[in-house]
Amino acid sequence: MDAKVNLPVAEKAKLSVRNLDFYYGGFHALKNITLDIPEHRVTAFIGPSGCGKSTLLRTFNRMYELYPEQRATGEILIDGTNLLTTREDVSLIRARIGMVFQKPTPFPMSIYDNIAFGVKLFETLPRIEMDERVEWALKKAALWGEVKDKLNQSGAGLSGGQQQRLCIARGIAIKPEVLLLDEPCSALDPISTGKIEELIHELKTDYTVVIVTHNMQQAARCSDYTAYMYLGDLIEFGPTTDVFMRPKKKDTEDYITGRFG
Amino acid sequence: MTDKHMSTQFDAELSGISTRVLEMGGIVESQVARAVYALTQFSSEVASEVLKTEERVNATEVEIDRDLSTIIARRQPTARDLRLLIAISKTIANLERVGDEAARIARTVQRLVNSGISSRLRLPVNDLAYESELAVTQLRKSLDAFARLDVDRAVEVLKADDLIDQEFEGLMRKLITFMMEDPRTISSSIDLVFVAKAIERVGDHAKNLAEQIIYIVKGTDVRHSSVGTVETMVR
Repeated sequence: MDAKVNLPVAEKAKLSVRNLDFYYGGFHALKNITLDIPEHRVTAFIGPSGCGKSTLLRTFNRMYELYPEQRATGEILIDGTNLLTTREDVSLIRARIGMVFQKPTPFPMSIYDNIAFGVKLFETLPRIEMDERVEWALKKAALWGEVKDKLNQSGAGLSGGQQQRLCIARGIAIKPEVLLLDEPCSALDPISTGKIEELIHELKTDYTVVIVTHNMQQAARCSDYTAYMYLGDLIEFGPTTDVFMRPKKKDTEDYITGRFG
Repeated sequence: MTDKHMSTQFDAELSGISTRVLEMGGIVESQVARAVYALTQFSSEVASEVLKTEERVNATEVEIDRDLSTIIARRQPTARDLRLLIAISKTIANLERVGDEAARIARTVQRLVNSGISSRLRLPVNDLAYESELAVTQLRKSLDAFARLDVDRAVEVLKADDLIDQEFEGLMRKLITFMMEDPRTISSSIDLVFVAKAIERVGDHAKNLAEQIIYIVKGTDVRHSSVGTVETMVR
């Protein structure tokens, strides 16, 4: 693997992005992005609408492949393997790199089956072990206490905040290495948001978390590292406290102080 | 990229609070100058004016701090806006202490006048006036540097702090000599030692202000660093 590009010596890179370009048809949406995502840390991508932060996030688990006119060139390395060119089944990639979307998307099935569905795709577990896995995932997502007595009820019957935690539980049930969160709290009220932010903090012990957010205060609260993007370029990457107290680039400072006009 | 926030209200709040800091600085600068003038003239009247104005200085510190807290609560400032507000909080504390020093000098003048010292013509009050000029100039330079966020000027203030310390030490030696030559001057000489010390502290506060300016502009905390180290840090 290439040497790390932007992390302190003490940090290990989980994902290494090298010279990544992305196109929506003829539109050049990501321009020569190079950065390392540190392991067991929360990295936030911030920037104004259209800067490419969600686009970048979605390259990490090849979500763009669902759309023929979207393509990526360059490298995204995980443990030495280039995600973009590997012949490995993309489902296996997505098992290692899970995603939670802005709008909670519970499957139209019971809470239990929501969690078990993904696990069954990759593992054959006896009932008792599956029960344990479901319980474990729901506990990890800080949802178990609220749903343990209604696992057979529909996931759609939960509140927005609970649904989102269900989606997070579903994501971690298959034991991924990386969790991608695309504006996970945008559709939620402040209390639900607070619970999920607490959860993100705990999750990084076991996972590498990348979060896209348009809420700068959330990035400042939740993340260890922040990447500021603008019009497809990576403008600045650094420890969150540095980016929010002493940003290196004026562009970054203008954006986070609200001078962006 | 513009230097103005998207919120004109936020811009107005920041420039408003900066202006008030400069106003407070102007007042305490004048307080020190007036208090030392009262000393050189042995004027109880001028000393009283200084003491009356001191209340206004204290009230201004409280008001600015309150406004500052409000801005932080409402605007969640970051980067240089946050550094500016943190620095302002420390700056007004330093300016308030300058005001305290001026008040201390004024009270000393009143005590000297009330004790009716007859040897006043021999007391080295003009030396104190010179020390005060140095300190007030440092303060003015710091406030100027704050107004223009001028790091170079702030570093000049840090470099010149030694001059006041040297002047103070010279004054001490002179006053000690005085006291040895004429023990009747001991009481008033000791008062003048305290005045000299108060002026020296004004110089220290000017230095603290300069350090805050470097923090605002560069984001570097240079407190408790030598001048040589500071020059390297700001380059």
